[in-house]
Amino acid sequence: MALILNEEQQLLKESADGFFAEKAPVSQLRELRDNRSEDGFSTELWAEMAEMGFAGLLVDEDNGGTDFGVMGAGIVAEAMGRTLSASPYLASAVVSASVIKAAASDAQKTALLPAIAAGEKIVTLAIDESAHHRPENTGLKATADGDGYVLSGLKTFVCDGHVADSYLVLARTSGAVGDTDGLSVFLVDKGASGLIVDRTIMTDSRNWAKLTFEGVKVGADALVGPLNGAFEAVEPALDRARIIVAAELLGVAQECLDRTVEYLRERKQFGVVIGSFQGLQHRASHLFSEIEVTRSAVLKAMQMADAGGDVRWFASLAKAKACKTAELATNEAIQMHGGIGMTDEFEIGFFIKRARILQSLFGDFNFHADRFAACSSY
Amino acid sequence: MTDLEAFRNETRTWLEENCPASMRTPARSDNDMCWGGRNFKFISEDQKIWMERMAARGWTVPAWPKEYGGGGLNKEEVKILASEMRRIKARSPLTSFGIWMLGPALLKFGTHEQKLEHLPKIARGEIRWCQGYSEPNAGSDLASLATKAEDRGDHWIVNGQKVWTSYADQADWIFCLVRTDNTGTKHHGISFVLFDMASEGVSTKPIMLISGSSPFCETFFDDVKVLKSNLVGEENKGWTIAKYLLTHERTGISDMGMPTPLNMLAKDKLGEDADGKLPEAMLRHQVAEHEIDAASFVFTLERAKDEAKAGGDMGAFSSMLKYYGTELNKQRHELIVKVNGSDGLEWEGQYSNNGDIARSWLRTKANSIEGGTSEVQLNIISKRILDLPA
Ligand SMILES: Cc1cc2nc3c(=O)[nH]c(=O)nc-3n(C[C@H](O)[C@H](O)[C@H](O)COP(=O)(O)OP(=O)(O)OC[C@H]3O[C@@H](n4cnc5c(N)ncnc54)[C@H](O)[C@@H]3O)c2cc1C
Ligand SMILES: Cc1cc2nc3c(=O)[nH]c(=O)nc-3n(C[C@H](O)[C@H](O)[C@H](O)COP(=O)(O)OP(=O)(O)OC[C@H]3O[C@@H](n4cnc5c(N)ncnc54)[C@H](O)[C@@H]3O)c2cc1C
Repeated sequence: MALILNEEQQLLKESADGFFAEKAPVSQLRELRDNRSEDGFSTELWAEMAEMGFAGLLVDEDNGGTDFGVMGAGIVAEAMGRTLSASPYLASAVVSASVIKAAASDAQKTALLPAIAAGEKIVTLAIDESAHHRPENTGLKATADGDGYVLSGLKTFVCDGHVADSYLVLARTSGAVGDTDGLSVFLVDKGASGLIVDRTIMTDSRNWAKLTFEGVKVGADALVGPLNGAFEAVEPALDRARIIVAAELLGVAQECLDRTVEYLRERKQFGVVIGSFQGLQHRASHLFSEIEVTRSAVLKAMQMADAGGDVRWFASLAKAKACKTAELATNEAIQMHGGIGMTDEFEIGFFIKRARILQSLFGDFNFHADRFAACSSY
Repeated sequence: MTDLEAFRNETRTWLEENCPASMRTPARSDNDMCWGGRNFKFISEDQKIWMERMAARGWTVPAWPKEYGGGGLNKEEVKILASEMRRIKARSPLTSFGIWMLGPALLKFGTHEQKLEHLPKIARGEIRWCQGYSEPNAGSDLASLATKAEDRGDHWIVNGQKVWTSYADQADWIFCLVRTDNTGTKHHGISFVLFDMASEGVSTKPIMLISGSSPFCETFFDDVKVLKSNLVGEENKGWTIAKYLLTHERTGISDMGMPTPLNMLAKDKLGEDADGKLPEAMLRHQVAEHEIDAASFVFTLERAKDEAKAGGDMGAFSSMLKYYGTELNKQRHELIVKVNGSDGLEWEGQYSNNGDIARSWLRTKANSIEGGTSEVQLNIISKRILDLPA
């Protein structure tokens, strides 16, 4: 398969770029932030996104989706990275849809996927428990109770946690912290007794939450996927999400470069545009090169994910490379803008804040470089 | 079975039967490669057989048209041949400036007669070419070159000096940039000519590199007669051809093939811990960081080829590939030296095959200079792609 977008994907890209630039530019995120929006996203935007089919890109047509695969979802995520559009896309349409598709029973799929694809139900994955993403270190306990389970413990960095209708909770049902065996996923609805949701305001002004489970009871039907075998089921879904997060990071990096180059062409000092200084030209050209190389890794990973099979190596490659490049791009963008890049009034600062969140989401550079090496047997 | 599958099967069988065993091990250095030409000394009978067998099928230049000595394969078939060769670790049967630089330029700009005259000899490894671009005062600023060609009716008389001419002392012919007019801008008045290095008035003087070998020369022209039939393209308009050839040179330099993964070299040298990891944590980290970039770059080469195939214009993108690929290769060799510790710095002797690691490492320092320096590539990217002012 050629490593380029096909016609259908090219069209999706154009429509996504146009849609977000018009309906959800960076100014929308600023407004949400400044108004301390309750929801943290525009519900009208989310409804329009669903209408466009963006909420169902990873959902099969039988369940009301458009089935564009990781490639399609990544293309849309990249467009969102360019405008920093806020929505439950990542939490619900990407991560949760992937986990449900990979692990859930047919009945659960029918109950959840059409609602996710229609943007009617927001589902999110609660996985991390400490400041560093280490799924095998899950300690939140689910103990058998009658024919159901009782959940106790903490979750942090839960994407769209305070607006979600349901949570997919990774819990330990046997074994010890550090084991990949003994993990299970449970579906918990909002408002469940004993579930405390604390919205956490993070640097990116998007939706994050900490969840406390104080003996939350769920029925046997809340179990999603195999008991004790969730790691194997969740990991491939997580890898798809990681690749799509890498695509969003790519969008952030590309936007930073484009805005910076435009600024270099306009801003005058010493009687000339600063873009004529070779010191800046070389930095911009180096950044361009890194972004192009990153684009290839992300594109390859998206294709491989849609082709099926084990994509751990590709996912870690894409996420690691995108983390590194987005870090470079956001830092360089501020530096090359000079003093104005440091102001809140100017938009470039919003990009660095979003980038760092995405970099740490589902494993940062170090996590993925280590995993990349392990997957390559060293 | 599709045609391509059938082609793969036939190719596999043919390679199995025809590639000698000793040609299925990686080349250790430039010395192991087959360059062809009148003066070439094959390192073994196998090397000679391998080149001749491949040349007989046109597979030294699989994508060139058959009438010019090529294999006439389409792009899919070329890919299959390359992957089947990789599968058995077959060495390249023939490597030369004729194949990766002059050939593409002649195919695009040469006359039918010029193609018929020169391309089959390149394909068969009979004539080895060198590149006469750089001069003592025209390096990065190549267009300021001064080697002079005086018009004498049906021929020119060429006088001047080239420098850094790789393998000039072993090459049979040269593709050379000369000045046929110095009345206009520096880019005007350059002509792209071909001539025999055995012509009267051509002399070369080897230059020793920091790696201890002398792969390149100063090249002097003293009243050398060059027939006008050996002009490629139009007189005074050679700059276009020169640049076209450079994009091929740059893409070629950036594509390091599929060398042994660094992590394997490291494991061979250092072994592994109980978890199967490289025992040196910091080194493992450095290797991983490098290999993430290297793998991403391999996919970038793949993407560039696919985009070119889909009709995209490579243009200045080749500068990005050249810049990134050569900087990566330098980094790779720094890490190879680190992996090998003091052994990697041996200069002579049996343990190191006469200092292969150290000499290869030093040779890579030229990667970001030859074919246009990294800084020049960054200038090109900023002007041609980012549209920043000069
Ligand atoms: C937090 C903060 C506090 C400050 N406090 C004060 C203060 O108290 N008093 C005060 O007077 N000022 C203050 N400044 C202003 C500061 O000194 C300027 O921002 C700085 O001198 C850069 O100028 P500039 O912002 O106009 O950027 P520009 O000069 O427009 O620079 C933009 C980019 O172009 C690059 N550039 C410019 N010229 C060249 C060149 N010739 N070659 C290569 N690159 C070039 C710069 O390095 C930069 O990356 C402050 C700035 C900040 C961010
Ligand atoms: C191993 C090797 C093989 C070679 N083989 C051949 C060959 O076969 N045929 C041939 O014709 N040539 C060959 N070359 C020559 C090569 O193309 C030149 O060395 C190269 O173009 C640089 O020119 P220079 O050496 O004169 O360096 P200079 O142009 O003098 O450059 C010196 C430094 O200044 C920097 N610099 C120059 N101009 C700029 C600018 N505008 N902006 C920023 N930085 C700048 C350069 O990047 C470099 O770092 C070979 C070189 C090497 C090392």
